[in-house]
Amino acid sequence: MENHVTATQNAEPKPGRSGASSAADTTSTAGAAALPRTGSSGRLGNRIFAGLSTGSGVLILVILAAVAAFLLYRAWPALTAGADTFAEVDFMSGRGLWAWVAPLVFGTVLSSVLALVVAVPLSIGIALFISHYAPRRLAQLLGYVIDLLAAIPSVIFGLWGIQWLMPLVSPVFTWLSTRLGFIPLFAGYQAPARNIMTAGLVLAVMILPIITATIREVFLQTPRLHEEASLALGATRWEMIRQAVLPFGRSGIISAAMLGLGRALGETMAVLMVLSPGYAINLFLLQPGQHQSIAANIASHLPEAGSTGVDALIASGLILFAVTFGVNLIARWVINRRAEFSGAN
Amino acid sequence: MSVLAPPLPVRRSRKLARWAPYAVLAGSAAFSAGLLALLTTVTIAGLFALTAVSYAVAITTLSRVVEGPRWAKDRLATALVTLAFLLALIPLVSLLAIVVGDGLGGFSWDFLSTDMVGVFGSMTSGGALHAIIGTVYVTGIASLVSIPLGIFTAIYLVEYGQGRLKRGITLLVDVMTGIPSIVAGLFAYTVFLVLFGPAYKSALIGGVALAVLMTPVVIRSVEEMLRLVPNELREASYALGVPKWLTVVKVVLRTSVAGITTGVMIAIARVIGETAPLLMTVGIAQNVNWDAFDGRIATLPVFVYRQYAQGGVAADRAWAGALTLIIIVMLLNLIARLVSRYFAPKGAR
Repeated sequence: MENHVTATQNAEPKPGRSGASSAADTTSTAGAAALPRTGSSGRLGNRIFAGLSTGSGVLILVILAAVAAFLLYRAWPALTAGADTFAEVDFMSGRGLWAWVAPLVFGTVLSSVLALVVAVPLSIGIALFISHYAPRRLAQLLGYVIDLLAAIPSVIFGLWGIQWLMPLVSPVFTWLSTRLGFIPLFAGYQAPARNIMTAGLVLAVMILPIITATIREVFLQTPRLHEEASLALGATRWEMIRQAVLPFGRSGIISAAMLGLGRALGETMAVLMVLSPGYAINLFLLQPGQHQSIAANIASHLPEAGSTGVDALIASGLILFAVTFGVNLIARWVINRRAEFSGAN
Repeated sequence: MSVLAPPLPVRRSRKLARWAPYAVLAGSAAFSAGLLALLTTVTIAGLFALTAVSYAVAITTLSRVVEGPRWAKDRLATALVTLAFLLALIPLVSLLAIVVGDGLGGFSWDFLSTDMVGVFGSMTSGGALHAIIGTVYVTGIASLVSIPLGIFTAIYLVEYGQGRLKRGITLLVDVMTGIPSIVAGLFAYTVFLVLFGPAYKSALIGGVALAVLMTPVVIRSVEEMLRLVPNELREASYALGVPKWLTVVKVVLRTSVAGITTGVMIAIARVIGETAPLLMTVGIAQNVNWDAFDGRIATLPVFVYRQYAQGGVAADRAWAGALTLIIIVMLLNLIARLVSRYFAPKGAR
């Protein structure tokens, strides 16, 4: 499809536009008088229109650069300052910038990894169900249903996490903590479940749609002949999936997981509402008041922060931006490369 | 060819009947209900979990005995894949149920038509009018920026773009869809902090933040729609001597207008519920603020967050606000799907 479009564009003569209207110009010298005028107004219109659309494309790049530039501009004083600069910033409690950011980065990564561990296997299952198990007529509808999850505002996911999920998982956590409490991961649970595990579960639900949608796309691209060859050799449906679909979709699954990771890293409201914050670096998944994510930290402290505090928060935001940008860039790069070399179609 | 091959032994592979899985499912549900009733209490969550486990065990064992290990594995995979899908439906269904259940109590015409002026303590009056107007303002500003910008960029990518610039923009638009909303909020906050000083607060800041989030979504969906327009239509138009820009406006955009409308509405639905960037840029207000360029303004998601944080009777307003928000988002999604279904050009299907 894409090749087709660019091919026709390349076939057209460069200056202004319209091989058609310049052809009309040459014929009109013999006869009609109305055509040259439309040709010249067309040329001006072409130039304006091409300028507008190219300008918009470039503007996107400028906006992205501006995001980085403005954040860097305000964060620079904080990034280069000594530890004593932040002495009067109360939410940093006397720590230097890096000592303050490190636990936040840890909390952000921990919650996202927990979310991925839950969401990726589930997404593979859902994508398989939609692409290979559900009746074909139903498949598109089921895709919409999963996409509806993506449309639900994050603040409502926060409410849901507090009101519905926390009471549901609390007995499970209690059981884990009493029976398996000798493993540090599960030690010391206290109700209510305002811990990083619950936050990770809410995040998992929130990133499920993007991961599922990406994996589903890849699974649907599996060459039909591979599948049919496998089935013709007597494979069961599951064996066909193991032989044809999963190997074909492996890089797609990886990049889908990275897209989900990018979303989970930057998600604010669910963590802000569910998690009771703390600034420790540990793996006590069920204890409240141990972890906090960068995004939730910015949202909770920015409104009352002084000038130095704002700089520090913007610096942490810049770190978040850099990390999510990198994760997304790699994921997209993998997907695009895959689309070119996978041999699909 | 004189020697006939000996006839292959016919492998009698026994298969479970078509109704067998359903029978096993019913059996394991009954078993689970009975077991739960004996040991503890029957809860929906417990019943679901136990039924799923016992069904998986039962169907695998049965299939292994009757059909052999390969088919048993297949049955197990089918059970797990279906379970994964059902698990994904649980959050959606429970979320809608809880929002409707808790939200209906406080949801009324009064709620939609009053603001929070003069509402204190445990007063149950008050509503979200100011927040709804604020949300319309902020989303409107974002749409004013990002719809034209998005459509023109998509036109560039599909109709004009070539080479590295096009590839670069495509990649960065994809990356931009993954920008965390809090970073977009921080960007808008910083821009206005640098240009107008810390005292300036208005709907405009929130609009800028949402525009950053919305533009890539618009570009993506419009681009997809423009690619669906058959090339023959463009070529027919060129052959009639129509200049390229008029071809784009009158043929390409005209053909894909339904798809573009759908894409734009879904993009609006995506940003209308954004909370974090608005929480930090526009804050909250108690009254209707008709001026988009000056003063704090309430928005629906932030209203929900703040009312819930306040607790007590305010939580009822939070749930009613959440219900309002969900209704708006679902309506936008539904109308968008209907538009694309009933107004799509015949050629694109």
